[in-house]
Amino acid sequence: MRRNQVAIVGAAETTELGVIPNMSQIQLHADAALNAIKDAGLKLSDIDGFATAVETPQQICHYLGITPTWVDGTSVGGCSFMLHVRHAAAAIEAGLCKTVLITHAESGKSNIGRTPRMIGADSLNGQFELPYGVTTPASMFPIPVLRFMKTHGITHEQLAMVAVVQREWAGKNPRATMKEPITVADVLNSRMIAYPLRLFQCCLVTDGGGALILTSADRAKDFPQKPVYILGTGESVETPMVSQMETFNSSRAFKVAGPLAFREAGITHKDVDHLMIYDAFAHLPLYGLGDLGFMPYQETGKFIADGNTRPGGKLPLNTNGGGLSYMHSGMYGMYALQESVRQMRGIAPAQVPDAKISVCHGVGGMFAASGTIIFTNEKS
Amino acid sequence: MAEAARARPKPTPETQHFWDGTKAGELRLQRCDECAKSYFPPRPFCPGCGSRKVSVFKASGKGKLYSYVIHHRPAPGFTPPYSIAVVELDEGPRMMSNIVDCPQTPDALELDMPLEIKFEKLDEQITLPLFRPAKG
Repeated sequence: MRRNQVAIVGAAETTELGVIPNMSQIQLHADAALNAIKDAGLKLSDIDGFATAVETPQQICHYLGITPTWVDGTSVGGCSFMLHVRHAAAAIEAGLCKTVLITHAESGKSNIGRTPRMIGADSLNGQFELPYGVTTPASMFPIPVLRFMKTHGITHEQLAMVAVVQREWAGKNPRATMKEPITVADVLNSRMIAYPLRLFQCCLVTDGGGALILTSADRAKDFPQKPVYILGTGESVETPMVSQMETFNSSRAFKVAGPLAFREAGITHKDVDHLMIYDAFAHLPLYGLGDLGFMPYQETGKFIADGNTRPGGKLPLNTNGGGLSYMHSGMYGMYALQESVRQMRGIAPAQVPDAKISVCHGVGGMFAASGTIIFTNEKS
Repeated sequence: MAEAARARPKPTPETQHFWDGTKAGELRLQRCDECAKSYFPPRPFCPGCGSRKVSVFKASGKGKLYSYVIHHRPAPGFTPPYSIAVVELDEGPRMMSNIVDCPQTPDALELDMPLEIKFEKLDEQITLPLFRPAKG
């Protein structure tokens, strides 16, 4: 895909985040969509392309009253929205539509009007994983961690520092769910969820949503917000069964999607001012730093423990507080994208000074899928 | 909570031989007749090269502990804490299982420890392959 041909011109989250007991999941979609439409200075009737995950495009389009000429229902877990951005950029470039709305919402905490996600007893997951007592993502997603730690020499203290640093970022963000500072000892004394991960190393469970609006870069300059250009994109999938990953020492989906986006963007790691790595659990930033090629895996734990990703550090990471401390409704990728857009607009609560390039890396369905979007606020 | 049964697998035409195997006390894997790759989970073609010429064979039932969590949350049919493990079989493929007949602690569950299969009969149709520390 060509660089900087498509831009984000509208971006918003739901009016409230956290616990929203007075709104169903479909209305959370609408709330986020209407906020993004307003942000872009558009009317609903201006939208001719639509993408969402979990819910079908027809559900949300009908609810909002949109008549699209292009839809994408890619639903590969929490990074679906990275894939939607990539697909939407291609669709706009191909002339299939002009103005795309992407929505996410989840009543993850209040569980109102939620679309059930069932695993059949005769699926491969149902036959070869579910009988061993996997239930929530917390019982599955951390399964590779001990192997990763042993292979790469990562310590429990380093893994705890991921949560400590992200809480520090969250402390700067008024909309973050958890803002109180925490220490490594606090993390290592928090309730055990699935050894080796404890409560503070697992994502929050909240309600919320977000929406993005994309159009061509040519049109973007006429919109009220500063355009955020799409510089590079990548995507891949591996396996829905965490037990069947090629290796636990890295993620194949990360290693395909990430470098693809970097090549497309034509940038090196030194060019990155701001980084989001979807952190459903504390180990994911370590996989991301290694798989995206920022450093050897052996250095990832020390890099975070030494403060390089904290406020003022050389590689600001998960600056909204992440899934661990900001919010996590179930499919966090949308919120990572929102934070990248805020950073590129220069309006983030914890703004990285002069940030020009933001890398936003998502994961979905445990390590099943991955999507990477690289943004810039400079149209070269 | 331990009164609710654990999730029970339902075989498909492509996986029936595996579940027939565990019922008979055998761990049955598949191997490609063309590229010799051993693989799991079951399917009637090779995920390495795409060949439909594949054979079912009886695996040793031996392997080592590749990785695991000790889950502390409730789950139907389990009393927490309990291990959810991935076993690397001597034949190459990995599979999820539970490590039983040993304490469910980090000290007792050492990565790369040798394991052997233990068949757990759930009912007349389904016997699950679990693993325990290898003897000797």
